[in-house]
Amino acid sequence: MMAFLKLLARNRLALAGLIVIWIVVFLALITPLLPLADPDVTDTPNRFKAPFSEGAVLGTDHLGRDLLSRLMWGTRLSLAMGVAAAIIAATLGSAIGIIAGYFGGRTDNIIMRGVDMLMAFPYILLALAIVAALGPGLMNALFAVAAVNVPFFARNIRGITVGVAHKEFVDAVRLAGMRDSEIILREVLPNVLPVIVIGMSTTVGWMILETAGLSFLGLGSQPPQADLGSMLGEARSALITNPHTSIVPGAMILIIVMGINLLGDGVRDALDPRLKSGALSRPMPATEVDRRETTRAQTDSLLDIAGLQTEFRVRNRVYKAVGGVDLHVEKGECLGIIGESGSGKSVTALSVMGLVASPPGVITGGAVHFDGDDIIGAKYEVLRSLRGRRVAYIFQDPLATLHPLYKIGDQLIEAIQTHETISKSAARSRAIDLLKSVRIPNAENRIDSYPHEMSGGMRQRVGIAMALANDPDVIIADEPTTALDVTVQAQILSVLNDLRRERGLAILFITHDFGVVGQLCDRVAVMYAGKIVEEGPTDAVLRNPQHPYTSRLIDCVPTLGGGQRKLAAIPGLPPVVDRLPDGCAFADRCDKVQMECRSGAIDLAATAPARKTRCLFPENTQEASA
Amino acid sequence: MTGYILKRLVSAIPVLLGISVIVFLIMAMIPGDPATAILGSYATPENVEKLNRDLGLDQGLVPRYFIWLGNMMQGDFGRSFALNRPVIDEVLDRFGATLILAGTSFVLCSILGIAAGVVSAARQYGFADKAITFVVLLGISIPSFFLGMMMILLFAVRLKWFPVSGMWPIYGDRNFWVLLDHLAMPAIALSVVATGVIARLARSAMLEVLRQDFIRTARAKGVRESRVIWRHALRAAMVSIIPILGIQAGFVLSGAVYIEMVFQWPGVGRMLVDAILKRDILLVQGGVVFIAACYVMFNIMVDVAQALLDPRIKT
Repeated sequence: MMAFLKLLARNRLALAGLIVIWIVVFLALITPLLPLADPDVTDTPNRFKAPFSEGAVLGTDHLGRDLLSRLMWGTRLSLAMGVAAAIIAATLGSAIGIIAGYFGGRTDNIIMRGVDMLMAFPYILLALAIVAALGPGLMNALFAVAAVNVPFFARNIRGITVGVAHKEFVDAVRLAGMRDSEIILREVLPNVLPVIVIGMSTTVGWMILETAGLSFLGLGSQPPQADLGSMLGEARSALITNPHTSIVPGAMILIIVMGINLLGDGVRDALDPRLKSGALSRPMPATEVDRRETTRAQTDSLLDIAGLQTEFRVRNRVYKAVGGVDLHVEKGECLGIIGESGSGKSVTALSVMGLVASPPGVITGGAVHFDGDDIIGAKYEVLRSLRGRRVAYIFQDPLATLHPLYKIGDQLIEAIQTHETISKSAARSRAIDLLKSVRIPNAENRIDSYPHEMSGGMRQRVGIAMALANDPDVIIADEPTTALDVTVQAQILSVLNDLRRERGLAILFITHDFGVVGQLCDRVAVMYAGKIVEEGPTDAVLRNPQHPYTSRLIDCVPTLGGGQRKLAAIPGLPPVVDRLPDGCAFADRCDKVQMECRSGAIDLAATAPARKTRCLFPENTQEASA
Repeated sequence: MTGYILKRLVSAIPVLLGISVIVFLIMAMIPGDPATAILGSYATPENVEKLNRDLGLDQGLVPRYFIWLGNMMQGDFGRSFALNRPVIDEVLDRFGATLILAGTSFVLCSILGIAAGVVSAARQYGFADKAITFVVLLGISIPSFFLGMMMILLFAVRLKWFPVSGMWPIYGDRNFWVLLDHLAMPAIALSVVATGVIARLARSAMLEVLRQDFIRTARAKGVRESRVIWRHALRAAMVSIIPILGIQAGFVLSGAVYIEMVFQWPGVGRMLVDAILKRDILLVQGGVVFIAACYVMFNIMVDVAQALLDPRIKT
């Protein structure tokens, strides 16, 4: 509760709303004690006195009544009506909702049908019908507004009750023989009460507005008694000649409703945990770059990543997801990046084209040279013209990564037309060819399917076809086979392998599966806690892993027919990347750890031709050099 | 799709019946003798007795309902005693004016609300976002009837841009431009609150969508950012915006009652309020049932639009 209040206090607008409401409510409460003129005494000779005139601070109305006094009494009445309507609606609605939700079955069905019927009305029609039947008047308007809002509470509270009524503790007391009415009062009600209170606080502003509205129409409070709505309604005929009589009550309604809205927004933000984590912020078109220095390319490869650093800034914590990665891929080569979830392999891949979600992602160092130019920090238009045209991506879950509401054909055609001026029909026939090239049977018909109409394997083929649309030089595949079963996975890999050979594609293949690496990749880089810990030709690394982490990772892979071997899970978890230890990040999980491992940065050192390892005590060095 | 529309139409039948039952029950709450309430206290005993017979008031609640329902099915909504003409004629006459006002407002608030929400989301925490958020807060806090009155003061009385009230001038031509001149202020005043609500919900729907993987895919393809926002993201966000539009249509229709009073617009809202004040019960009853039925039909159109937009909905 205190945390909630603190959060609320941090939101300055909500605080302002709260203060405004406190002041208005306080003034309304002490109105009878204030030295105000009688609000109902008419004084026609002094009608329509302007504001700030003597004896009437806010002037007088069309019958010469003191506006300030009427405003205060009217506010008091409006607030009381709004609160009363909210309480009545909440009580009735919650009772209905609890009964429907608790008993369920037929009772629930009948009640909720009725509630749905009530919700089928534009709310004011219902209120007007009730007032028409009961006759205009303060209490009838109050009842009408409350009745109209009953369905809202009934529906919400029913939902919560259904959840509570099937919890274990309710079952337990029921088995203990407690009666239904007792269970509802002692077990269910305390659990739904907070929701009722929140519902009331969010609707009270609305109720004030609605009761004022009915009074404005002349259907609520009757003269001489006046709430803010009927004050405004009476002043309407003198709107043009004496606008102050309208502005005074209207401005008060505005102030009250605005205060309640400000507070309500603050409460909502404080209660919505998604806003706290910052998860509701949208990613910008390209990842933010905040580099202190640039790094020169280390090779003249097609794609050269040098000293890349990417971090996530969430509130005041910094997660160094990628902590200085060097990689390069040649034309026609396939480089695998392997590592556990959270090792930074995907972030590395997404950083290349600035696709790391930002906020919270920021590229803070290093460089990515593509075809000789550094593309980190390049202008957005430069980046955009490279994306898809020369560097294309294949993502993991094709159900989430394809647009669910566009036909796959239209998505392929868009990929083509984004980078090339070409007629729609020509693009369409190209799209069909692309689908054929990834071995989608019946491509002419399949092109008009929606993603949800295809199987996982077929969808991933579409993802690959889309990546190939503009004949790119590099394909970055971010776990493209992870969501697929093994036979489909093999097919996809063979499609990729063939394309690589036919088109001379460079592939950066991110995975956590050594089997996949072995099938497809020429070289492999092993990542741990945001750094490359070992790199080398695939066969050599798989046969003679040098970093203890690599060998432990390989030991985790079950092999067919290897039933006798004990699977060795790695004890412990990878370190959290906002608190990386000094020295080797794997030290805590390594069984060969020495004192030296825990101090100072460890370099990625060459241990054999074309092999590098970030370890002070590498394994298997003899065999590798032999 | 035709099958889906038929299915939705059939499913509307119980809702319409339910609406008629609710209205009937509310009217059954009238204290005292309904015939006297309907005819007023100066009615002759013969007239009261005749009305009692016509409405079946001498019978029980259930037969009375079926008499009323049967009459309505034949287009007989009863007779307005204050206007001395059939209820349905009066309602239909007035409904056109409301449709013009509420329809224009609905189109306005849909377009403006969605556009503001999209811009706000795309520029999250930027100047445009903050400005829109502030204007929206103001818009949803100001009672439409007060806003309407202030607009009359400023734009009609002070600046003389628009006529003060009414739908047509008392003298002179009745053409489209004259109507537009009269329509501008009430339509804007009526759309402000709904625009604000739609803008807020469109903003959060867009923020939700912009975080999705398929947006990253579109960007990875090199699609222009404007297209990413207005095509990819908005199309997906519309799935959650369309139902909001359906709900807001009900609020626009409700708000029309106030706006018609403020601007002397000759629509059903004003007719209902006048009828209530004159205790013209049958006119209220008929008007409420008629508009509620129209609203149910409108919501079916919203559902159909939703099904057209989202291929994942089983039609």
